[in-house]
Formats: sequence, C-alpha cells, structure tokens
Amino acid sequence: MSALLSIENMSHYFGGLKAVSNFNFEVPEGVIYGLIGPNGSGKTTTFNLITGIYRPTEGKILFDGREITGYRPYRIVHRGVARTFQNLRIFGNLSVLDNIRIARHFNFKAGLFGSLLRTPGALKEEKKIREESMQLLEVMHLQNRALEDAKNLPYGELRRLEIARALATKPRLLLLDEPAAGMNPKEVSDLMDLIRRIRDEFNVTVFLIEHHMKVVMGICERIKVLDFGETIAEGLPEAVGKNPKVLEAYLGKRGA
Amino acid sequence: MGKRKLPQMTLIAVLLYALIKVLSLDSIGALNGYFMIIINRSLIFVILTVSLNLINGITGQFSLGHMGFAAVGAYVSGTITTLVLKLSPDVASSYPIFIGAIILGGIGAAIMGFVIGFPSLRLKGDYLAIMTLGFGEVIRIILNNINYVGGPRGLLGIPKFSTFTIIYAFTFFTIVLIRNLVQSSHGRAMLAVRENEVAAELVGVDTTRYKVLGFVVGAFFAGIGGGLLAHLLQIATPTQYGFYASALLLVYVYAGGMGSITGSIIAAFGLTFLSQFLQLGFDSLSNMTGINFGSEWTMVIYALLLILIMLYKTEGLMGMKEAKLLVIEEGTK
Amino acid sequence: MGSIFNTQQVINGLQLGSIYALIALGYTMVYGIVRLINFAHGDFFMVGAYASYGAFYIFNSFLGKGTPLAIVVLIFAMVAGGAIATLANQLAYKPLRYKPKLSSLVTALGVSMFLEYFFSAFPLIGASPLGFPEIIHRATFKIGSAMIDNYVIIDIVVAAILMVGLTLLVQRSSIGRAMRAVSQDKDASKLMGINVENIITWTFLIGGAFAGAAGLLSGMTYPRIDPYMGILPGLKAFIAAVLGGIGNIPGAMLGAYIMGLAETFANAWNSLLGAGIAFIILIIVLLVRPTAILGEKTADKI
Repeated sequence: MSALLSIENMSHYFGGLKAVSNFNFEVPEGVIYGLIGPNGSGKTTTFNLITGIYRPTEGKILFDGREITGYRPYRIVHRGVARTFQNLRIFGNLSVLDNIRIARHFNFKAGLFGSLLRTPGALKEEKKIREESMQLLEVMHLQNRALEDAKNLPYGELRRLEIARALATKPRLLLLDEPAAGMNPKEVSDLMDLIRRIRDEFNVTVFLIEHHMKVVMGICERIKVLDFGETIAEGLPEAVGKNPKVLEAYLGKRGA
Repeated sequence: MGKRKLPQMTLIAVLLYALIKVLSLDSIGALNGYFMIIINRSLIFVILTVSLNLINGITGQFSLGHMGFAAVGAYVSGTITTLVLKLSPDVASSYPIFIGAIILGGIGAAIMGFVIGFPSLRLKGDYLAIMTLGFGEVIRIILNNINYVGGPRGLLGIPKFSTFTIIYAFTFFTIVLIRNLVQSSHGRAMLAVRENEVAAELVGVDTTRYKVLGFVVGAFFAGIGGGLLAHLLQIATPTQYGFYASALLLVYVYAGGMGSITGSIIAAFGLTFLSQFLQLGFDSLSNMTGINFGSEWTMVIYALLLILIMLYKTEGLMGMKEAKLLVIEEGTK
Repeated sequence: MGSIFNTQQVINGLQLGSIYALIALGYTMVYGIVRLINFAHGDFFMVGAYASYGAFYIFNSFLGKGTPLAIVVLIFAMVAGGAIATLANQLAYKPLRYKPKLSSLVTALGVSMFLEYFFSAFPLIGASPLGFPEIIHRATFKIGSAMIDNYVIIDIVVAAILMVGLTLLVQRSSIGRAMRAVSQDKDASKLMGINVENIITWTFLIGGAFAGAAGLLSGMTYPRIDPYMGILPGLKAFIAAVLGGIGNIPGAMLGAYIMGLAETFANAWNSLLGAGIAFIILIIVLLVRPTAILGEKTADKI
C-alpha cells in the first residue's frame, strides 16, 4: 500500500500557541483512517491544514506524491481531497440538487458566454452534471429531496447531504470531521455502514476525526491518537485501544 | 423542459411590447407621452436594479457605488455619440453606432467592475460597502474635473437615442442573460459564494474568480443602463450618479428581495410609478393648501420605506423566489 | 506662494481636523460598541448645525452676540445631536441588534436619507443653503506670515476640551469602564451585570452630542448650512476613524487631524486631489492593511 496522503514535520502556530506540533504521518490508499483525541488536541486544525484553509507554519503536505502545501483550498479539492464539516456548512437556501451540482461545478468546461447564451455545448454539460448529481442523490437515498431547500432537511439527512456533496467532487481522499456528532445510536450504526459502503463503491480513502469511540473502533483500520498537538499512539485499532497513554488521555484518567 | 421557457418568455415580451405600442398610439391615446417617460425610466431601472442584485443578492457581495458603474456607461457612450461622432437621432444609420456605443459603455463599466471587484477579495460586509462607496465617489470626483465632458455641469446635449423600443430590447436581453447566468453552473457557483464562502471554496469553487465575475457582469449591465439613461434624459451629470443614487438602488433591490430577479423587476416598476404618483399627489396637495410640497417628500417616503423594509420585511417582496416564467427548470434558484 | 506646507496650511488643517475629530469620535465609539457603521452620523452633525441656527435666533434677542450666547447655542447643538442619535438608535437600530450586520448598515443609510430629505422637505428649513449668523465677532490677526482668526482658536480649543472630557469619562467614570467592557465583549459584560442597552444608549448620546457640537463649529467657521452638509464631512470623519483604527478613541482623534491636514495640503496643491484625497486614503488603508487597521481579526471558526 502506498501513501495517498503524507504529512512531513508539519507544525502550526496561532500566535504563540502551538496547535499542531511536528506531525508526521501517512494515510495509505484505500483504508479508513481515524484521528482521535480530546477537544483542543489539534484534530480540526489538521483538517484545516490539509484542505488549505490554513497554511502550515512548518512542514510539508503531499497528496499522491505531489506537494499541496499552501495551495488555495479549491485547488486542493481539484486534486482530489474533499471534506465535511463538524458544524454543517450546507448551502441552506439552495435546493439539495444545487448543493450537489455546485460540487460538480469545476468539471464544467463551458465559459461564461456559453452560460449567458445557453449554447448547446453548455446545455449538454449542464445536463450531464444534473444526471450525475441525481445519481449520486439516489445512492445517498436523497433523491426524493432533490428539489427541496436544503435548510428544510432533518439533521441526519443534512449530514448525508454534506457527505454526498463532498463525494460529488469525485475525491480520492474524503475527510470527515466528526460525522457522528449529534446522532442517535441507530443513526450512528447506519453511518458506519454508509462510510464502509462509500469506501467500497466510490473507491475513496476515508480519513475521519471522531469523538465517538464506537465509530472509530468499529470502522477504522488505522488509528492515530493525538493529545495537545502531539501523537501519543498510532496503529491498528486493537493495539491503540489497549495503549495506557491513550486510556489516560482519552478516557480522562489523568488527575483522577 | 428548458427548451420551452425562452420562446414562452419571448412571446410574452413581444405581446407586451405590442400592447404598449398600440396603447401609446396617438389615435388610442391610453398611454400618453407622460406615461411613456415613466415606462422608459422603469425599464432602465429594471436593468440597474437587476444588475445590482447580481452583485449584492446573488453573489453576496455589497456594492454601494453601483451608480458609479452606470456613470461610466453614461459618459463613455455619451462622449462617443455627442462629442466624438456628433450623431443625430434623425439619421437611421446612426442607431447601430449608438447601440455599439452603449455596449462599449458597458464594457468600460465592466473594466471598472473588475478593478472594484478586487477589494471584495479581502473585505466583507460593511467594509466592502464603504470601499465601493469610496470608489464610486472617486469616479464622481474625476468626472467633476474633466472639462471635456462638462465638469460639474455635466455632459449636455446628448442626442435622444433611447427610444422605447431600444430600451425595451435592452431590458429584455438583460433579464434573459442574467437569468441564464444565475441558473447555470457559473451562477450556482456565485450563489454558493453568497451562501457560505468557506464551503464553496471547499467544494472546488474558485471564490475569488466568482466574486470578481459578479462585479464585472453586474457592472457591465449597470453601464448599459447608465448609457440608456443618458440618452433618454439627454444629460449626464456627476451628481446624478453619486452616492445617494446608489443608495436609492439599494431601496429597489431590498424592496424586491435580495437575490430575486423577479422582485427587482417588480420593484423597479412599482417604485418608479410610485414616485410619480407621489409627485402628483404632493403637487395637488401643494395646490390645495398653498404650501409647497417639493419632490423631497417623495424621497422622505422612500427613506421611510427602506427603514420599514429593514425592520419588518428584510426579505422584501419576493424573498429569493422567482416567478415561474423566469425559472428555466425546477430545483434551480 | 512658496511651499504648500506653510504655517497657514497647518493651522487650517488642524482647524478642519478638529471638526472631523468630533464627528469621528461618534463613529468610532458606536462602531466599537455595536459594530455598526452609522451612516446617519454625519446627519447628526447637520442637525446640530440647524439646532444652533435656531438657538441663535431664539436667544440672540436677549443675550446678544458673544461668549454666553455661544455657550447656550453649543448646549443646544449638543442636546439636539444627542437627542437625534438616541432616537435613531431606539427606533431604527435597536430592533436590528441581533440581525445580520448589513441590515443595520442599510437601515443607517435609510435614516441618513430620511434626515436629509426631511430637513430639505420641511417648509421652515428647505433644501437651499442658509447663511449662518455670526455668533461671536470674527477677528483676524497675524502670526508670522499666517492669517489667523479667533474662530480657529475657538474650533481647536472647544474640540480639545470636549475630547479631554471624553477621555476622562472613558478612563475614569463607571460609564466609561462599562463602555470599554461592552466594546471588548458584549456577552461577558451582560454576565457581569452591565446593562448593555443602557451603555449603547449612552454611546449614541455622547457621539451625537459631539457631532452636534461639530455642527455648530462648522456652521460658524464655514458659514453656510444645508441639509446635505453632513454627507462629505461624515464620510471623511468615518475614514479618519478607519485610519486611526476603528473602535479606537485616540486613534480616531489622530486620524481626524491627519485627515484635516492631508486634505488642506492636497487642496492647496490641486483641487481634484483635495476632493479625492479622503477616498484615496480610505482605499489605500483598506487594501493595504484591512485587519491591522480595523484593529480586530474576524475569525470564522471552522
């Protein structure tokens, strides 16, 4: 297995505060990779660094062997990295279908004038985007909601919509930021099935951040545990689950 | 599904045109010259309002200098027809040149839109508003100081090329083109920038490009509107296009609904007619009471209207909705 | 003529800067507390000028021209400016406090348009400019090569007294402390038992009163008033506040004097530049260092 994503000596500081300190890791192609750690341990910051929202203070990020450090976020998306957000970021006033179509947008080759004049070429591409988007909605069981305003969807469906939207960019690496947040046990187990299914059907590598131990232990094939910006354990779920440092940091035994 | 909408719109537009033309015939006289002036103004305000809505309502940026773009259109086209070529509306062959001059004015404004669009990359909300206001004022001050185009007195004696037919055609094309754009892949990218800039960027939208694009296209059509206005009023002065004229356009956009082309069209007609009726009302009030109620009272009412909309009906008349006729296919905004 | 940077220009610039400073303070205080660019603030200045005009004709008959009359007129101007600002806050801005920022901004534009057109529509006032009466006899004297009149001194001194007063208020009084707390963190201030709405009202009242005082000084100095007189000084004072770091009181004062001087020098050199210099400063400041100058970074938590 070759590394799809590799992070080399990455550090990030906010002012004097170090949020991420000297990270080194590799996400192999095809796995479901989990990053866990208590609040403030630098998980979301890591995602923000990989997706180009922040530029790392030090270090390098390589995707598929090519450096993407410092790229604008949209270019990183074009390379094949997509993500969801911890607090949903849906285009609420637009339809569910439009949410997906926007994510297919960068494959749209017709220029401005093609769209202004609705040339046959532009219309053909629009049709293709619409069809692909509808297909994706079907896979995610959202096809009946296609024409509704996204803001009217219930929470669980919004989570699915956000994953669908990320998949619409045809990523090779999908970053999920706390996908199980706010879900009940039934929804959590559906989500786990969904994540596995996505990996298999869409042939993507999944990299997720999660608080929910059950999710992480249940579906992740590789796990990395963070605490205060530093890695305290890494490896297969069984081994990590037994690591005393992890138990201490993650289960909050410290000081108890 | 999409194929049928344009002919349907065109048909309605042609019928409406024929109806107005017939009603304005001298022999019928239902629409006299006074009404035609109001209709022409309303149509130009449709162009100005829809184009501002593209920037503020669709792309989610904020322009407070929109009339600055219209000024560029007015002065560029007015200079070409009045000062350089000295065209006369009595000569049929000068109309194509006039139309070319209007489009050049639009291009001039679009270039200005490109320049002014750049601050939007770094600034948001109120600071962007202030910045565009600053740019608008700079345009006004520069025009004030160019003697070739009349300085503060303005560009006078502009030939009256803006006939009802020409204004109507330009308005129709503006609506169709902006509708096409908004309901295309590019337009959805603009909407995404409005809805959530970070999310837009992270689904692959080059937000920089679409912000600037919103300004460029919006400015282009504002320039067209300005050019038509100059050739209707036969004068272009720097004050006509100042900060308060831009602020007034905001009343139109908010009244109709931020993000709704339909709303902008209705607001442009409704408010232009309203101002004329208010004027008539105040005039007769002045005659009855002997106290002079000037045109300022109309503006007082507009200002109150803007405050009341912001306090009680922020979404305006239409919210973000469009009339069926303007929707190309279901599920689009 | 010599250099444009002569004593005369410096004095004129400081005089203009004093008037801008009084307006800029209101802008910066209101922005600091409620994060609103109050477009109508320049119109509070205009209201102050008209209130002074009215007060002059009421009190002139029994006070006669001179300092006592000027003080009475100043009080009137400040009360009028403060009252109109408080009213605008209560009726137009308060209901929108927790709505998107742009709603308040557009409302402020509406308030501004309303005041201007209402004053020009109102029969007793009217759109045409009025000549401002001489409240204190104007006397001119010469210092070196510069011609100075007593109005220069009045403008600079009155502005300085008010600004010292404000600084003391903000630094020493409980209202001032509460103001600083609210501008730091509205929610925390509420938890600390500060009546935030109360503090916002005080801020508008003081800001409006200062604008009203500036209206009187401007009317006296450049003796012509009209309903639209607040637009440009308002914008320029706002730009001064941005230049000094909006929300920052000493910054607004400094920015205003820089603006007054820059405009006076630019005008002496070229009238086009004079008219445009404020906007050029604005564009440069916002483009070069928006976050640094605005004093705060708006974090969008992801």
